[in-house]
Amino acid sequence: MSDLPSQGEGRRAKPRVGLFITCLVDLMRPSVGFAAVKLLEDAGCSVEVPVQTCCGQPAYNSGDRGTSRDLAERMIEAFRGFEYVVAPSGSCAGMVRKHYPELFEDDPNWLPKANALAAKTYELTSFLVDVMGVTAVNASFDGAVTYHDSCSGLRELGVKAQPRKLLASMPGVTLVEMNDSDVCCGFGGTFAVKYSDISGAIVEAKAKNIEAAQAPTLLAGDLGCLMNMAGRLSREGKPIAVRHVAEVLAGMTDEPPIGTAKEPRSA
Amino acid sequence: MTVHTTSPQFKQNATRALGDAQLQKALGNVKQGFIDKRQKAAEALPEFEALRDSARDIKNHTLEHLDLYLEAYEEKVTASGGHVHFARNAEDAREIILGICREAGAKTVTKGKSMISEEIGINHHLEAHGIRPVETDLGEYIIQLRNEMPSHIIAPAVHLNATQVEQDFRRVHRHLDAKRDLSEPVQLLTEARSVLRERFLAADVGITGANFLVAETGTSIIVTNEGNGDLTQILPKTHIVLASIEKLVPTLEDVSQLLRVLARSATGQELSVYTTFSTGPRRSGDADGPENYHVVILDNGRSSMLGTSFEEMLRCIRCGACMNHCPVYHAVGGHAYGWVYPGPMGAVLTPSLIGVDKAGHLPNASTFCGRCESVCPVRIPLPKLMRHWREREFERHLTPATVRSGLNLWGFFAKRPALYRLATRAAMGAMGLAGRRHGRFAWLPMAKGWTKHRDFPAPQGETFQARWQRERKDKTA
Repeated sequence: MSDLPSQGEGRRAKPRVGLFITCLVDLMRPSVGFAAVKLLEDAGCSVEVPVQTCCGQPAYNSGDRGTSRDLAERMIEAFRGFEYVVAPSGSCAGMVRKHYPELFEDDPNWLPKANALAAKTYELTSFLVDVMGVTAVNASFDGAVTYHDSCSGLRELGVKAQPRKLLASMPGVTLVEMNDSDVCCGFGGTFAVKYSDISGAIVEAKAKNIEAAQAPTLLAGDLGCLMNMAGRLSREGKPIAVRHVAEVLAGMTDEPPIGTAKEPRSA
Repeated sequence: MTVHTTSPQFKQNATRALGDAQLQKALGNVKQGFIDKRQKAAEALPEFEALRDSARDIKNHTLEHLDLYLEAYEEKVTASGGHVHFARNAEDAREIILGICREAGAKTVTKGKSMISEEIGINHHLEAHGIRPVETDLGEYIIQLRNEMPSHIIAPAVHLNATQVEQDFRRVHRHLDAKRDLSEPVQLLTEARSVLRERFLAADVGITGANFLVAETGTSIIVTNEGNGDLTQILPKTHIVLASIEKLVPTLEDVSQLLRVLARSATGQELSVYTTFSTGPRRSGDADGPENYHVVILDNGRSSMLGTSFEEMLRCIRCGACMNHCPVYHAVGGHAYGWVYPGPMGAVLTPSLIGVDKAGHLPNASTFCGRCESVCPVRIPLPKLMRHWREREFERHLTPATVRSGLNLWGFFAKRPALYRLATRAAMGAMGLAGRRHGRFAWLPMAKGWTKHRDFPAPQGETFQARWQRERKDKTA
């Protein structure tokens, strides 16, 4: 978004960042969270993780405003004291930045607090580039990658150039753009289960574009989309490694890619 | 209710559409045909984004003062010798149009493309009363032969291919020589044109829609690429304009701004091939034009959207960009939506017009990817309005019970952090263990919808928060 602070504006000594871990990363793939912590610390932030559950997006998008507000109020309280709040997800950061103010628009008590949290909440790569002024990361990874732009990060927060800029700073990484990288993967939260057949058709089309890029690794900034695409690729037997972009940027790729086993798989 | 709806069967419609190989092939044309052209047109006009703001503001202003502009428009039309009829609902509109046709002694009625005429089901009504309606837009003509609804608001036959059209022509145009080559689209066009020319000349009444109604002058405006609208409205003795209340625009200056975003957003053209302004019946000294000029203005539930969050939907200028960019529309096509208006704009408008109890699937069948909003020329926040429908459904307990109970269970834990921590640690630990061997699940009892089309990646096992606490404790110890 255009109202992000310009490069370097926030570069004071050790900004105190609250990591908004997001429930998917918390539950499914904690290694993404540790990669985010490393990237933030390398950028000169001190990182803390307040106790948290879920930002309420599933309830919000299902029309349950009451539950969303309950959960949003908890989030607002949990992150009250931090200078910045950073999430390894455009969708979850977008929920706070764009939708919390809408959720409390009729509530004069909570609206200022919601606005305050919204204003200091960022998606990880945009925070690193736009706020901390990071231009390069100190990590190594060898090979070609292709990058999927997750919808909320792209269209609600303007995340597009930032992850590419950081990937470009890694000498071993070649970014191969796929066709329609900015087209939805068909995840859509509960949509993937409620409208399973439509979601399946959309991710099938996405998998074709991923495969056609001929890069051995697929990256994106949102775990929901990544699980959807990884699940489709493995169902089709396509040996493409799927990872959150933070893992590669932090050089933390010891964990097996999403949807693959630690031990060699038995046939 | 006006036209038969299959919106309640959206899921079945969608599954059928996904299995229809011919349809899937045709839908590929939507993706290729519209998106690049719109993008190029938008990029070629430096002030395009500013024009979108302006278009939004013009429509907002009009909607805020709609009563005044409707009155002013009526006054101008009357002063120019035309007649304005206000129709509260579809039935009223049908009766008004039938009455005008009867007064004109009409046997044949030609029609320009009009989604409102689909909304009120005028064709069947005229047929039932012995009047023959003839669609003159090529796409509309084709689907009329097939007794289908449009599957797209500006490209009604986009779901068909040329072979199907050839078969329809051979079935209906009995004069056709079986040996005549109709394998090329241009040959189909020639054939349709030769049939339609006769119909144009024979018509007693011409019915067109309107893209805009101008309050300042009492003018109705249509845009077409085939010129069929002009022949429809100029040749017969009586011209009926059928439009809904939100087509009003204050001035010609306003229209000129809206026209600049309309065709660019729709087809990527700077302007449609024909932009036709009509003001009243033929005056003495005019070279052509109808003797009688009627405007039927339909409400059909729209006025009850005014003053609600759904008022923003009434800005829509029917360019079709939202459906052209929608992954769900690309997957299932327009007919799956089950009523007149498909795609994101239909997902918001249809529940307003036929009831969310019938059209409840439509605002739910969206990933909220936001691409529709990003291209809408009047900046309608379509995902937000779809979410508002989901909220209405939730309040009215129309949300499916399985979704509701799933949400309740999730909410129960999410509101209790200590319990959440315990439960998620246990659950992820178990799932991590179960999935360790393959790293994924090909089938999960709780997520059959998911695993029908893709694997479910296994969690790593320990939750982030558990590991963070453990490691931090180690650090400080």
